[in-house]
Amino acid sequence: MKPRAEDKPVYTKLWPDARSALDGIVRDGMLLAVGGFGLCGIPEALILALRDTGVRDLTIASNNAGVDGWGLGLLLETRQVRKMISSYVGENSEFERQYLDGELEVEFCPQGTLAERMRAGGAGIPGFYTRTGVGTLVAERKEHKNFDGVTYILERGIEADLALVKAWKADRLGNLIYRRTARNFNPNAATCGKVTVAEAEIIVEPGELDPDEIHTPGIFVHRLVHNPHPEKRIEKITTREA
Amino acid sequence: MAWTRHQMAARAAQELKDGFYVNLGIGIPTLVANHIPKGITVTLQSENGLLGMGPFPLHGQVDPDLINAGKQTVTLVRGASTFSSADSFAMIRGGHIDLAILGAMQVSEHGDLANWMIPGKRVKGMGGAMDLVSGVRRVIVITEHTAGDGTAKLLRACTLPLTGTRVVQRVITNLCVLDVTPAGFEVIELADGVTREHLQRHTDASIRFSDAAIER
Repeated sequence: MKPRAEDKPVYTKLWPDARSALDGIVRDGMLLAVGGFGLCGIPEALILALRDTGVRDLTIASNNAGVDGWGLGLLLETRQVRKMISSYVGENSEFERQYLDGELEVEFCPQGTLAERMRAGGAGIPGFYTRTGVGTLVAERKEHKNFDGVTYILERGIEADLALVKAWKADRLGNLIYRRTARNFNPNAATCGKVTVAEAEIIVEPGELDPDEIHTPGIFVHRLVHNPHPEKRIEKITTREA
Repeated sequence: MAWTRHQMAARAAQELKDGFYVNLGIGIPTLVANHIPKGITVTLQSENGLLGMGPFPLHGQVDPDLINAGKQTVTLVRGASTFSSADSFAMIRGGHIDLAILGAMQVSEHGDLANWMIPGKRVKGMGGAMDLVSGVRRVIVITEHTAGDGTAKLLRACTLPLTGTRVVQRVITNLCVLDVTPAGFEVIELADGVTREHLQRHTDASIRFSDAAIER
């Protein structure tokens, strides 16, 4: 941040680090929405900081549950998660053990339904009808409704107590830009948090981001953390020969 | 002789048309990308938020921010776009994707698909499969005709938990190509050396044969 000529303090959502950015906004039993697909585009620093708060009995809506020892897998190791709302959890043996032992509850939610539940929750829409899951286990105990001869089920929007997201670039007003497929659930999760904390690799001054290129307007983001060198672990490195 | 995985993928690639937006599932469906006929343009969608998926990167070009729905590192083709999960599934559930090619554990003669869980075994989740089968205009399944233990995968009714009901239009196996019709399975092609009798013996539903299903 460049110093200003005038003495007026600069308005900023930027916090010194991930640990301080979670001060006063975490509590046991809360519902979180966390961005990321697999290990791609996960808020690494915020997950580590969340673990270190020692907060427990969390319900986490996130497409995946990380892997053993990384991402949301870190919170499973420390038994801080009571329930996951996810579409796919196949890469985590600690997850499987806790699930089979009944220590961890899982609500399997189709991937598109999960994204839309976050989008709807963030948009003040408490529920929506979808064809996804009709006639399957997912439809059990859900309201069914016929529109124009087609059956749909009612799915609820998700309003999270806290959303954690990962951006590529941000300005200190919380405007966010994501990179490549690291975008995934992050923009949707960002909207559905009563409080949303974002971490970004690059932080710039207001005006340096082209307004037309901002993916998440800063109104959705309450706190911001700079994480210039995330690890960005890769689950499956696949390459071709030249 | 039964078709190999690559021959099944090549057969599936014949279903592609110029200008199609296509989602390929994990496993044999992924191989379809290697057999796209020359002269046609097909755009591959990956449901994690990518339209215009290219081949795997060269060794020095791996980008951890660029993966496909199978979590493999990939590349972008010219004109590719990336977007949020909600936008990605708006494409899928809004009926904007022309074709999905998916794997299967079981397919019923009504087009019901089971491909996400086996009770009593490790449950990984459905990922985007339920959204794909309910939203994509045309769903083609590629699968071995029978399971590893020899039991039938093409059935009168699925016994495994469903991914969707009445969603599959065509099935490409290592033995044949079948359509799901209002009257049940209809075989439209046979792999070389596969007899109608052999096919019926390995299918737990009654099957009809179109005139094109010629024993060779």
